[in-house]
Amino acid sequence: MNFRQTLTHGLWRDLPPFRMVLGLCPTLAVTATAENGLGMGIAVTFVLIFSNMFISLLRKVIPDKVRIASYIVVIATLVVIVELAMKAFFFPLSQQLGIYIPLIVVNCIILGRAEAFASRNPVHLSMADGLSVGLGFSISLTLVGSIREILGVGTWFGMAVFPDSFEPFGFMVQAPGAFLCLGLLLGLMNAWSRRRGEFFIQT
Amino acid sequence: MDLFLLVIGSIFVNNILLAQYLGNCPFCGVSKKLGPAIGMGVAVIFVSTLASIFTWIVYHYLLEPQGLEYLKTLVFILVIAALVQFVEIFIKKQSKGLYDSLGIFLPLITTNCAVMGIALLNIKHGFDFVEMIVFSASSAAGFALAILLFASVRERLFISSVPVAMRGTAIALVTAGVMSLAFMGFAGMTN
Repeated sequence: MNFRQTLTHGLWRDLPPFRMVLGLCPTLAVTATAENGLGMGIAVTFVLIFSNMFISLLRKVIPDKVRIASYIVVIATLVVIVELAMKAFFFPLSQQLGIYIPLIVVNCIILGRAEAFASRNPVHLSMADGLSVGLGFSISLTLVGSIREILGVGTWFGMAVFPDSFEPFGFMVQAPGAFLCLGLLLGLMNAWSRRRGEFFIQT
Repeated sequence: MDLFLLVIGSIFVNNILLAQYLGNCPFCGVSKKLGPAIGMGVAVIFVSTLASIFTWIVYHYLLEPQGLEYLKTLVFILVIAALVQFVEIFIKKQSKGLYDSLGIFLPLITTNCAVMGIALLNIKHGFDFVEMIVFSASSAAGFALAILLFASVRERLFISSVPVAMRGTAIALVTAGVMSLAFMGFAGMTN
């Protein structure tokens, strides 16, 4: 892949979590509001860019047998940085996201990109890949968060979108709404891809 | 009595998978057939209980006295990864049958959010040692129950005619939503 393809593939062709069905936990858990979704997306993007950078830099040093463990150490260090930075600068958001911030460590997207891309590509490409996949993830999370917040609470980023007479569809902000919303979005995306002649049915 | 409520609460009311969304990757990935789903469930119960014991001890006797609580993310994932490796080697040496049925799930468990999530929740809720063991075992049992039910449903889905665009993960997620709705019926049993 050349530089431009790398920079854009995360935005539609490999858009997580729809095209790469990885990292479902944060997608379901923190998207009760659009703001939380965006916050989580930005945190993951940061970790992705720098984990890809360090792993790409170290790709010739890390022995093949212990590579997964080494990747996990790099990722966990970055997550600790994000955790502390969020507590320092965005305290209310970090309270809202709770244990899902430390759980970025086990987000399969990050380990997946490290293994599939950063371990065999030069630094600038790896960072571009991290940025692109991270941005795609942020967009998806904000989208799911917006749908759930608008239908479930009647607001968007905290601003009221519906008149007072709107009865919020409270089911959407709870667990079943998350699964349902993601499943239907995935179905819509599959239908759209089929119409455009791309083949994308996850099994 | 409190421990009993904790068991019911963590298996049904706050089911780790359907109410707290942890461990969704194996939930969607390994639930196509009943056999592997049972294997995954058992492996998670085993590893999660062990991992919680180790992480709890490390946190309370190593990190807390030194004032290093902020390192828990890094230390926990290392403890879990090392433990999974160790369990894999141990089972391979000791019992061939168990290794054949559980072995392939063990590497997957390192990146299972349920295991890490339970370890973090133990610390967040401030459990003592007994409560921690009960909570971890029953949360993991809740995961096993959910993945078992879900695999049975998916075996039926396989032979029914689903709209083409919804096939695979999409219909699986919608099904999980309906199951989660059913589990919401347990809310109110404990507080």
